[in-house]
Amino acid sequence: MSVLSLKDVHITYHTAAGGVPAVRGVDIEVAKGEVLGLAGESGCGKSTIAGAILRLLPSKTKVEGSITLDGEDILSMKLGRLRAVRWTGASIVFQGAMHALNPVQRVGDQIGEAITVHNQAGEREAKVRVGSLLEQVGLPTRRAADYPHELSGGQKQRVMIAMALACNPSLIIADEPTTALDVMVQAQVLRLMKDLQRDLGLSMVFITHDLSVLVETSDRLAIMYAGKIVEEGPATAVFEDPKHPYTAALAAAFPQIGDLRFRGNPTGLGGDPPDPQEIPSGCPFHPRCPAAFADCQRTVPELYTAGAGRRAACLLVEGAHTGAAEVAE
Amino acid sequence: MSSPTPRGTKLAKGATILEVEDLHVTFKGRVGLLAGLRGNKGTQSRAVDGVNLQVRKGEVLAIAGESGCGKTTTARAIMGLQPVDAGTIRYEGKPLPRNLKPYLRKVQMVFQDPTGTLNPRQTIYEIIAEGLRIHGIDRGPGGEPEEQLVAQALSRAGLRPPDRFFLRYPHELSGGQRQRVVIAGALVLEPEVIVADEPVSNLDASVRGEILQLLMKLRADLDLTIVIVTHDLGLAWTVADRVAVMYLGRIVEIGPAEDVLLRPLHPYTKALLDVVPEAGGLERPILTGEPPDPTKIPPGCRFHPRCPVVVSGKAAELGIEAACRGEDLGLDEINPGHLSACHASRRLGARAHEAIVEAVAAIGREAGSDPGTDADGSPDGTPPGSSAAT
Repeated sequence: MSVLSLKDVHITYHTAAGGVPAVRGVDIEVAKGEVLGLAGESGCGKSTIAGAILRLLPSKTKVEGSITLDGEDILSMKLGRLRAVRWTGASIVFQGAMHALNPVQRVGDQIGEAITVHNQAGEREAKVRVGSLLEQVGLPTRRAADYPHELSGGQKQRVMIAMALACNPSLIIADEPTTALDVMVQAQVLRLMKDLQRDLGLSMVFITHDLSVLVETSDRLAIMYAGKIVEEGPATAVFEDPKHPYTAALAAAFPQIGDLRFRGNPTGLGGDPPDPQEIPSGCPFHPRCPAAFADCQRTVPELYTAGAGRRAACLLVEGAHTGAAEVAE
Repeated sequence: MSSPTPRGTKLAKGATILEVEDLHVTFKGRVGLLAGLRGNKGTQSRAVDGVNLQVRKGEVLAIAGESGCGKTTTARAIMGLQPVDAGTIRYEGKPLPRNLKPYLRKVQMVFQDPTGTLNPRQTIYEIIAEGLRIHGIDRGPGGEPEEQLVAQALSRAGLRPPDRFFLRYPHELSGGQRQRVVIAGALVLEPEVIVADEPVSNLDASVRGEILQLLMKLRADLDLTIVIVTHDLGLAWTVADRVAVMYLGRIVEIGPAEDVLLRPLHPYTKALLDVVPEAGGLERPILTGEPPDPTKIPPGCRFHPRCPVVVSGKAAELGIEAACRGEDLGLDEINPGHLSACHASRRLGARAHEAIVEAVAAIGREAGSDPGTDADGSPDGTPPGSSAAT
């Protein structure tokens, strides 16, 4: 059974200038012990999905479709139950570890708070658990008495990870957990998360725009563009042999050293990601797509099967074009 | 280059255009009044600690390293934005004059964050024209009016048609377009050298390549020299002719990009290469510990507390361990144009590459000291080998 399941999820932000459709029909399944990498550029809707899973979006935001966590429907959940599920069912490691910690509280108390608030243990027991959590993330127990400013960026992110693990959730959502970190520290934190995920059998949704990071940590990848998933499949296959031109462009943004195709030859896409209020007709990627042809302006591509366990929303996927053309007529 | 350009290019391609000699920049910590009277100087952070560098005309030079290694401070010092404690910067062979204005016309900087760089209350036209006005340029070399110079800079930076952008404000543009405006602002003065500090790290993945393409095109069209400061070795691989790797305020390795990135002769370069993400990469060795602290530069080779060659015992085997721990060293030319500051490469020459690879393999996943003890000072001398060889 899936730990997390999103079915036809649409999310529309409410703004003074009208509704902004940030997510436009997304299906996601995450099995137990699986890591799903969710990739895309700013504004593609990936962080919105993270927020929706724990209902952390602004109250006027319209969320349609269904989101279930361990079989429970999140969207219709009563507030009391939702509070319990947050952190015990699923927890989030946020992007800015620097700002997510309370600067005037010792980090041990902040981790302990998550445990006692959820009635997982009493004060004394929580303290012991904090110690073991810190060790689990590679920090000495005495660090519990430190304030956030006494820790480096990588150490703060380790504390955030310890906090996310505090109530034994079945799912961890990691939203750009290493973006603000230095290269060397990023590698350390990624390895820590991967090791913990494997040892504890956690399910994870890993969100970032850096495909090369995702291919290291994820089992499956889902690539988002303009509020929709445009490609999904096994991580290595998607990264090494992308079926969607957008995935290919994202992958090329992080070239492998030694690959002579990239030497002296940076590749990029023209244009910018679309404004969610003015999504282009047909395939939303067609104005920037190097392989676009006439049909792309008219036909909205579905996620077509593109090899074993793979799907891509592109008319160029074998067999998709003729079928799509018939539908268009 | 040979055509009589108004830019008056004298130097041949490949000649040294910009030179940094023994540059030192120290940031001083605050000291209380009493402690100051007692002669306490406070913590001194040696951000740049003896950098020597020659930039050749027409090349793309990447300066790479972790945060805190001094790469941005070096770039700022080149721009005269950073008071230096010691060292000389020469442009076309001459030390920088007291009045930097004529120099700054020839050497322009592109900063990391285009949103923070652009004045939100100025139109794009005003932003680009400001550079011309500061330098008192109201006509181009061929007598072109200001408007034409601004338009030319914008279209060179890929913002076309340029007049469509004149009256817009930075917030109306996307991140990629803003970075193009910043580049246009540098181009309008027709510089010889552009120093770009992390020019794409704040941009979306699909836009990065485009900005790099633009820089490469400008280099080809205008015969520019480009210095790129970056933490991303993949970027260096894509665009750089030469790569300089910095660690704790010094250049530890420099050479042609292919040599440095494919056959590194310094263990730190190797460590940086090992953390570039790629499929299955998490099983490779990763240096533990935090970015090193420039207030506590270790004695001997400044990399030795984290160095896999020392930690693995390879240094002892080669009989250089005492030197690693006790003897500071500068750059040696190992292969033509490829310099490294490492006792192993001093001893073994180009074969040091194999020794480094072996040392890293011997350590396995954990290179360096235990992460739990990092902030307590692994860079400044936790005995290496105490926990690493496990």
